[in-house]
Amino acid sequence: MFDDIGNLMHGFAVVLQPQNILLMVVGIVLGVIVGVLPGLGGANGVAILLPLTFSMSPTSAIIMLSCIYWGALFGGAITSILFNIPGEPWSVATTFDGYPMAQQGKAGEALTAAFTSSFVGALFAVIMITLVAPLVASFALRFGPAEIFSVYFLAFCSFVGLSKEPPFKTVASMMIGFALGAVGLDQMTGQLRLTFGSETLIGGFDFLIAVIGLFGIGEILLTMEEGLSFRGKSAKIDLKVVIKTWKELPKYWMLSLRSCLIGCWMGISPAGATPASFMSYGIAKRISKRGNNFGKGEIEGVIAPETAAHAAGTAALLPMLSLGVPGSPTAAVLLGGLLIWGLQPGPLLFVEQTEFVWGLIASMYMGNLVGLIVVLTCVPLFAAILRIPFSVIAPIILVLCAIGAYTVHNNTFDVVMMLVFGVVGYFMKKANYPLAPMVLAIVLGDKAEVSLRQALLGSQGNLGVFFSNALVSTVMTLALIALFWPIIQNGLGRLRGKGAAAPAQ
Amino acid sequence: MSVTSRILSFGAAAVVGAAFAIAPAAAWEPTHPVEIIVPAGTGGGADQMARTMQGIITKHNLSKQPVVVINKSGGAGGEGFLDVKNSKGNDHKLIITLSNLFTTPMATGIPFSWKDMTPVAMMALDEFILWTNAEKPYKTVKDYVDAIKAAPDNTFKMGGTGSKQEDQIITVALQKATGKKMIYIPQAGGGAVAVQLVGNHVDSTVNNPIEAVAHWRAGKLNPLCVFDSKKLDYSEKISGDKSWADIPTCKSAGLDVEYVMLRGYFMPPGVSKDAVAYYIDMFKKVRETPEWKKLMSDGAFNTTFMVGDEYAKWVANAEKVHEDLMKEAGFLAAKSN
Repeated sequence: MFDDIGNLMHGFAVVLQPQNILLMVVGIVLGVIVGVLPGLGGANGVAILLPLTFSMSPTSAIIMLSCIYWGALFGGAITSILFNIPGEPWSVATTFDGYPMAQQGKAGEALTAAFTSSFVGALFAVIMITLVAPLVASFALRFGPAEIFSVYFLAFCSFVGLSKEPPFKTVASMMIGFALGAVGLDQMTGQLRLTFGSETLIGGFDFLIAVIGLFGIGEILLTMEEGLSFRGKSAKIDLKVVIKTWKELPKYWMLSLRSCLIGCWMGISPAGATPASFMSYGIAKRISKRGNNFGKGEIEGVIAPETAAHAAGTAALLPMLSLGVPGSPTAAVLLGGLLIWGLQPGPLLFVEQTEFVWGLIASMYMGNLVGLIVVLTCVPLFAAILRIPFSVIAPIILVLCAIGAYTVHNNTFDVVMMLVFGVVGYFMKKANYPLAPMVLAIVLGDKAEVSLRQALLGSQGNLGVFFSNALVSTVMTLALIALFWPIIQNGLGRLRGKGAAAPAQ
Repeated sequence: MSVTSRILSFGAAAVVGAAFAIAPAAAWEPTHPVEIIVPAGTGGGADQMARTMQGIITKHNLSKQPVVVINKSGGAGGEGFLDVKNSKGNDHKLIITLSNLFTTPMATGIPFSWKDMTPVAMMALDEFILWTNAEKPYKTVKDYVDAIKAAPDNTFKMGGTGSKQEDQIITVALQKATGKKMIYIPQAGGGAVAVQLVGNHVDSTVNNPIEAVAHWRAGKLNPLCVFDSKKLDYSEKISGDKSWADIPTCKSAGLDVEYVMLRGYFMPPGVSKDAVAYYIDMFKKVRETPEWKKLMSDGAFNTTFMVGDEYAKWVANAEKVHEDLMKEAGFLAAKSN
């Protein structure tokens, strides 16, 4: 333990060399740019920039690479809030309240809250990694197919019923998402599904294409219809907004702590950041006194998903280092970088490469701090983008969306698909069908299905496998409670109502 | 390009172009970035190899143009192969293959074959090892096979990557050799497969060496035998006093199953002979770097290098082997037309 702290201090000493601090800032700025361009996303960005680092020493290289990673994570929130276009799956939940806030001229507040929450979430997770790394790695090993499915199930259940739209519309939207998610190769049987002989459909529908279309293009169509307001939104360009928002944030410490815990837990289990952000948002909405305001521009609705997503994203680096299984596509590319320097991720990395590991952990602390400072000073700049008239910004967004959609697979058909999703998104919004359940189902539906079938294959069809040990039973029970919570709450309310009414009679 | 490498590339071109009596002396060089397509997800064996090569090429300045790695994993890699098949004459595109070059068209009916592409070079052959969890009492293949034989069908679980691909082909061959059915549980990637075994969620895997070596070194997994005709070459101590070379072949241990996987490059159809020669030359230089040698020994690869007709002949034979194996296992797609 004390050795570890000594190692960490040594790590800080390495990280704090002037040259490395410079690399950090460069990495963060590049990362933010990568994160802002929709569709380019963290994974592609890190992959493109990876060769830049080959000429450096491994420690400097990993500092720069991980800073690109943090920068991309921070950057993802910017487009979600300003333009309703989430660049990464875990930014989807941030749009629910972040975009309405920007619409109301509170972009600065939303961005500050998002960045600060990201920082808090990541910091919490890094501290956890520092203190309990070995314990945590063995916990991750307990997740077999049944356990993984139970976590996805919990994410879906905590989401159903929180929507203000009629439950049937939520379910319908989710089912369309499942159907779209099923297109392509079925991992369990190796057969193609729902491709109708088309060669372009064998890859299935990529989440990013769907999201860029549904949210980005759909939003532009809606705005055009709403009377083509050619004026920009008013947005104060003032650093004071950061200070003002910070004064408010400590109020939400309970929410932050809960989101951190959800995030760390989901990050260590292989489910990752996306379910963490949705689950945290769903639970915050249930518990918050202002729950009814969620979706209309509530700051709590930005804090909850951002904190959880970043706690999860950071915590997910631990299984990557100790087990060699990357938690996200971006982490996978980062893993590729490690291999080039001859660092083999695995249980022994912590023992054999202490200098590297603690250097990386130290750079997580410093990278996040530097990242926070860089992005916060740019808040007024980002918020000012909204002042640009819609007639100017809309074509730019359209072009960026098209480039983003193309870069996902270097495929022109994806651009067409994006436009189709845009029209679908427009009509769904007109008909009051919520988009979020559909997106959630596209992202997680396939994975949930695979782990369900793996679990049932292993148990030879026996459903008891989902209640076969304490871990999986607990998660499944929580999920069922979350699913039927409105009914349970109603029932409790009635009991209480009766109890209160009885003495009066 | 130096004089020596010019001569090298001339030599290589002469090997490839058996049909071409004279290889043109003018050296071809890429004029814009070169794409390496990986027909599999990020983090897998093919992806690791492609990205390591990208790193080596950049670090040692082996190409004036940047090399870009692009994953096209849709449809068990069919997406990537179709892209290359449809990029006729594109001298700036390469694809790194794994066994899905054969298994994907056979199992799914996606229309492509290696004959639609231009073979460039075999970089290495990847080995397969039978792994069990070190906590389990199986010390030898015989212990494990006896345990399988003593239990009823569908007692033992085998984890593997994908469905109707190499891991499941080996599993079917194992079933035939032991006479007992196993439950095959497909995962998305080799790293996840190894972790499922460490967590005791499956009983065995046939992971490639590089996917499981970290867990072996940590004493979590135990290699029982290697599915090759001869033992591995690497005698450096990996785990305790054991090296790759100490692992017996499955055949010598009484389990008559052999399988190795191609890690090689192809290009689109109709590319110029000069471009092929250029890449062969570049790959030869990659093979000389310390980083490449490290990758080979980390992953206990079989380092056979082949180009030209020899390579094409090897691939044609491998296709035949896969067709027989897939047919026997009942994995061939129903012919719809």
